[in-house]
Amino acid sequence: MAGLILTFAEVRDGKLRRSSLEVLSEARRLATASGGSVATVVIGSGISGSTAELGRYGAEKMHVFDAPGLAAYATEPYARALAKVVEAAKPWAVLIPFTAMGKDLAPRVAARVGAGLVSDCVALSVKDGRLEARRPMYAGKAYAMVRWEGDPQMATLRANVFPLSPADASHTATTVEETVDDAARARVTAIKAAAEGKLELTEAQIIVSGGRGLQGPENFHLVTSLGEAFRAAVGASRAVVDAGWVDHQMQVGQTGKTVSPQLYIACGISGAIQHLAGMSSSKVIVAINKDADAPIFKVANYGIVGDLFQVLPKLTEAAKAYFAAKH
Amino acid sequence: MKIIVCVKQVPDTETRVKIRASGTGIEEEGVNWIVSPYDEFAVEEALRIKEAKGGEVVLVSLGPDRVQAALRNGLALGADSAVHLKDASFGATDTLGTARALAAAIKAVGSIDLVLTGQQGVGGDNGQVPALLAELLDLPQVTMAVKVEIQDGRATVEREIEGAREVWETSLPAVVSAQKGLNEPRYANLKGIMAAKKKPIDVKDAAALGLDGATLAPRTRVVAMELPPARPAVRMIEGDPEAQAKELLRLLHEEAKVI
Repeated sequence: MAGLILTFAEVRDGKLRRSSLEVLSEARRLATASGGSVATVVIGSGISGSTAELGRYGAEKMHVFDAPGLAAYATEPYARALAKVVEAAKPWAVLIPFTAMGKDLAPRVAARVGAGLVSDCVALSVKDGRLEARRPMYAGKAYAMVRWEGDPQMATLRANVFPLSPADASHTATTVEETVDDAARARVTAIKAAAEGKLELTEAQIIVSGGRGLQGPENFHLVTSLGEAFRAAVGASRAVVDAGWVDHQMQVGQTGKTVSPQLYIACGISGAIQHLAGMSSSKVIVAINKDADAPIFKVANYGIVGDLFQVLPKLTEAAKAYFAAKH
Repeated sequence: MKIIVCVKQVPDTETRVKIRASGTGIEEEGVNWIVSPYDEFAVEEALRIKEAKGGEVVLVSLGPDRVQAALRNGLALGADSAVHLKDASFGATDTLGTARALAAAIKAVGSIDLVLTGQQGVGGDNGQVPALLAELLDLPQVTMAVKVEIQDGRATVEREIEGAREVWETSLPAVVSAQKGLNEPRYANLKGIMAAKKKPIDVKDAAALGLDGATLAPRTRVVAMELPPARPAVRMIEGDPEAQAKELLRLLHEEAKVI
């Protein structure tokens, strides 16, 4: 199956996102397995600085839409641009990061070109010259193997799951300058940034989460401090989000975020099934809870039965010392 | 304002998932079906807009007979009427086929001002239908909304992205998908439940929507399902809190190699 794999590279605030390089690395692996080539679509304004990296990560060709009217993401012109390349280049697969932008963009393009789209893939393979995807359903309570009818086979790829290939500094991609009508009925008029240095849960390597075991919002700082010590993103269970202790954006679980970090530290979280669904694909799980029978210990690699109010400060102190010595 | 809300019926989030013998779906026996939580936010937002601006709320749901319970629930909360899309061919279709059926039903409603949906159906977790619908209806879209304001035929919508919130402006009609945080859904009261019994549910099949087999033919299909791999047994760390903390860091570094 010697065909073209097309990826979408997401540029935000002039920066190429890591998830785009993960998608490109996976496209390169699939192209090597199937004997095809890789091209990528990049859209923005004044983005020449961020495109060189795409060549180093394996794109052979770059379709660049660089115009002032494309500076901020808008669904309609971005979908028009990506669909234009899909229709002209006729790839057999189109891979897009499963980010806020990718989630908004990919289905719009799929409807435009009449393609099948598989969301939130965590693995892709080539079987009998066709793609097969593995993706979580029910927030990870089950996994489905999915196949496509017809081309292009479109997929969005979960961030933080597909490894980056080593960059090849000598490899460059040829550039094709493209243009598109930038008209849009819906547009971004302002961006409200989150607090400086706050890490996004779905992209974090380490997550520290707090639950009802903390007894009240006034104690949640114990989890935040532990998160800072581990340089981690901070999450929470649905119980404490619904109780209004923390913002819903921090919720991990079936009606919140599904995460797969290298390390997940659950503090005072008993492990309701809908929470376990959202985090049990983490590589290593640590549970700290006063109840030795809590279901969270069934998915944990390491467990500490103890009083959060004593364990968390000691762990924060020890982690600070560990990371200070390491760096 | 004429507002369409798409609602999906899904297994309760507390469901313990079992794979069906065929291996391509989950066992539905004993499953408690609920309105997808994100769709509850969409229904609530539609009712709030109707209360503030006047108008009409029409629910649309695709699925077998059981989805009428989800529609009755929305009617009890204050929606005015409902459309139930029911056809044997819908069960085998995929996200694009589902969106095509919903789009056909919405077009049949006539002139509308807003389409609200949940940002994803809990369970399938595809999160595709809102944007598919917007493209099929040739409408602008704003997905994962946490705030919606309607004024002078336009909507200002706040949307969550990684580490920030975007403020979008869109013309109407538009498709807007609801994220958690948009509102607190109300509960149905007895008066609403009684009133819902008299509200109309219009049932339509594929032929009534003008959909043929080719339009609904799935472009993706699940070929197998499996439960997640078992996690290794837990290793409990003993000692006083200080010793536990130090031992945990040692294990994370030396054994698990994650720090």
